[in-house]
Amino acid sequence: MYRIMKKEVLSDVVKLMEIEAPHVARKAQAGQFVIVRIDEFGERIPLTIADFNREAGTITIIFQELGKSTIQLGKLNVGDTISSFAGPLGHPTEVKNYGTVVCMGGGVGVAPIYPIARALKEAGNTVISIIGARNKELLFWEEKMRAVSDELVVCTDDGSHGRKSLVTEPLKELLENRDKKVSHVWAIGPAVMMKFVTLTTKPYDVPTTVSLNTIMIDGTGMCGGCRVLLEDGAQFVCVDGPEFNGHKVNWDSLLSRLSFYKDEEKKAMEHYAHKCRLESAAAKGEK
Amino acid sequence: MTDMTTQQRMKIKRHEMPNQDQVVRRGNYTEVALGYSEETAKAEAERCLQCKDPKCISGCPVGVMIPQFIKALREGDMVKAVEWMKVKNNLPAICGRVCPQEVQCEGNCILGKKGEAVAIGRLERFVGDYELAHRTCPLVKAADTGKKIAVVGSGPAGLTCAVDLAREGHKVTLYESLHGPGGVLVYGIPEFRLPKAVVHGEISYAVDCLCIDLKTDHVIGRSFTLDELLAENDAVFLGTGAGLPSFMRIPGINLNGVMSANEFLTRVNLMKAYQFPDYDTPVRIGKKVAVIGAGNVAMDAVRCSKRLLSLQTGQGEAPGEAHIVYRRSKDEVPARKEEVHHAEEEGVIFNFLTNPVEIIGNEKGAVTGLKCIKMQLGEPDKSGRRQPVPVEGSEFVMEVDTVIMALGTNPNPIVFVDAEGLDRTKHGTAVADTETGRTKKKRVWAGGDVVTGAATVISAMGAGKRAAADMNAFLKGERTWE
Ligand SMILES: Cc1cc2nc3c(=O)[nH]c(=O)nc-3n(C[C@H](O)[C@H](O)[C@H](O)COP(=O)(O)OP(=O)(O)OC[C@H]3O[C@@H](n4cnc5c(N)ncnc54)[C@H](O)[C@@H]3O)c2cc1C
Ligand code: FES
Repeated sequence: MYRIMKKEVLSDVVKLMEIEAPHVARKAQAGQFVIVRIDEFGERIPLTIADFNREAGTITIIFQELGKSTIQLGKLNVGDTISSFAGPLGHPTEVKNYGTVVCMGGGVGVAPIYPIARALKEAGNTVISIIGARNKELLFWEEKMRAVSDELVVCTDDGSHGRKSLVTEPLKELLENRDKKVSHVWAIGPAVMMKFVTLTTKPYDVPTTVSLNTIMIDGTGMCGGCRVLLEDGAQFVCVDGPEFNGHKVNWDSLLSRLSFYKDEEKKAMEHYAHKCRLESAAAKGEK
Repeated sequence: MTDMTTQQRMKIKRHEMPNQDQVVRRGNYTEVALGYSEETAKAEAERCLQCKDPKCISGCPVGVMIPQFIKALREGDMVKAVEWMKVKNNLPAICGRVCPQEVQCEGNCILGKKGEAVAIGRLERFVGDYELAHRTCPLVKAADTGKKIAVVGSGPAGLTCAVDLAREGHKVTLYESLHGPGGVLVYGIPEFRLPKAVVHGEISYAVDCLCIDLKTDHVIGRSFTLDELLAENDAVFLGTGAGLPSFMRIPGINLNGVMSANEFLTRVNLMKAYQFPDYDTPVRIGKKVAVIGAGNVAMDAVRCSKRLLSLQTGQGEAPGEAHIVYRRSKDEVPARKEEVHHAEEEGVIFNFLTNPVEIIGNEKGAVTGLKCIKMQLGEPDKSGRRQPVPVEGSEFVMEVDTVIMALGTNPNPIVFVDAEGLDRTKHGTAVADTETGRTKKKRVWAGGDVVTGAATVISAMGAGKRAAADMNAFLKGERTWE
């Protein structure tokens, strides 16, 4: 059992938790992920490590409440426990001095891009960060990102905060600007966003690393459910990734695989909502 | 009855295993084989001729004292039967259910030469189940030796090794990367063949009796490296199995609806997808499933599919179809005979001498068909086995929604991360001595599927046992490493 040490509500649908898991914290590095299972009935879900504290033995996870499991997780509070927490999994980000790098975080992807930006900054890079969300309410960690970036651009789709644009627009401008000499781009966010980032950087031939969040079960290379089609064959995201050269990813295949269990996710949500209603009705009855 | 003559014994017919009705069971996950009653077990035990030079023992990878336990059983002394069993085998309730007896103990049974072998596996299961229910043979831990051991992987190899070493009084920590122990016994082999209550009963009993420190969610190679374990322990055993699935190199493997058998079975067994949405993990297979391969894994996958198809079918609807697609003929099927027989009874359709060449999908990226070519048996190769060769122009398309690949697996890769000095073969398996389990890295032993590649429960247990014996001798200073 792993205890929730801290909980923060970052936006309506985005929550942060610090989980006590010394066996993960002792080795965790930027770019890696954990597999979380809430209780006996839970599924195993991958979440990227947003931060870690080796001394305290804690891992920070940030998640968007999208489906049954994340909504259920979001309802837990400090002091509650979750059943399993395995990691750190996957390869860490290759941190070195590349020169000028761009770190892009879309939506909840701001969370995992943060430790990468911080590590790249510490390694001596000039870090330009671009973060974006659909609207102001969904944005978080702007100040944290500013603190580890030489330059920060904030975008919202609806213009409720920062620049009204997709994250790819300021990226394109940076790539056009020869003085900036961008040597590497990292992008983490929804698959569609990562797809368009790689399409944007491709003509400029700037290496672009993406962090894929495919459907996973074990997270240790035992099922192949997480596989992604690259130019040169399939690879397992959990053991070969989660970071890949974005220019090699077959995005159409990835997007289609991500949507495979949509109907079941809906069904699980309905089932859960129904259960919650019954429970709250029962609780009221007791009073 | 125990004073029968040999001739009388040989006249008794082998006792059938009572099974759940073959139609009813297609729609549930409860165990198929119901187990002998005490009466039947004793009657079956009477068939054993108590050979002076028992061949059955040499057919068993761990050398279970078969005539001895059978004799005790037919004399009605169950406590003694359990004791004889446990001399060599700590997990009889498991082995009795999943061992390929027909090529091991029963394959060697003298009765089998002319008639039918003694049903040793079924008797083993009977004794194992008795012990599970009565616990007459407690596991005892010897006085603390002060030695610390790390066992990595909690499948049959790791479990056996951990139990044997803990009994000797060593302090054992058992690391498992998944959220629960058991390895293939829990994530691969389905409930209807090996109830999880049996596996959990055996494991928790051993862990509790012997104070084994079980650490789940610990991925060795990530949370801790092998060298870190060596720094904190006197010896390390690796029983990490061979779970890395292979996919056929044919077009379409990344379509939606193509799964490895491991993914499918893990969803169904470990995550209990057959109880979705009460359990969160779903599995979707549509109406028609093709499982490629014909080993135990393929049989489990196809029989799970058959059950899922029935469970999702409404009243009056036709249930879907579950197919085996295998490039060789029936004679070469590597699965346990009983599984093939059960699959047939349950309505699985077998397509022999059929080899997939392409998976066909629609514009949404979902599987719609499996293109296959017919095969025929050609000339025998060096090993004497007739190789299947394609029949030209015989391609055809099977309409399917799901393709499950059960084509063999390779060693789990993560434990090898940063494990310098631990040699591997070109197949990715760990190099280890067959007798002792010693690897090329000092104080590290290995056994089970990680060394042999996908094999059997009992051979993994045997390897765990042999390694434990050598580790114990090493820790006591009776043997040196060199
Ligand atoms: C579907 C299926 C059906 C089968 N049916 C039969 C049958 O009927 N009869 C039979 O005899 N055999 C059968 N087998 C084969 C048999 O199950 C295996 O040979 C046996 O389980 C191997 O045991 P093991 O202990 O070596 O490995 P496993 O059972 O694979 O256990 C290895 C364990 O190590 C863990 N692990 C891996 N890497 C790490 C790491 N880095 N850190 C920590 N833990 C790790 C894994 O999670 C796993 O729990 C079947 C196999 C499958 C897949
Ligand atoms: S999640 Fe199972 S292999 Fe990657």
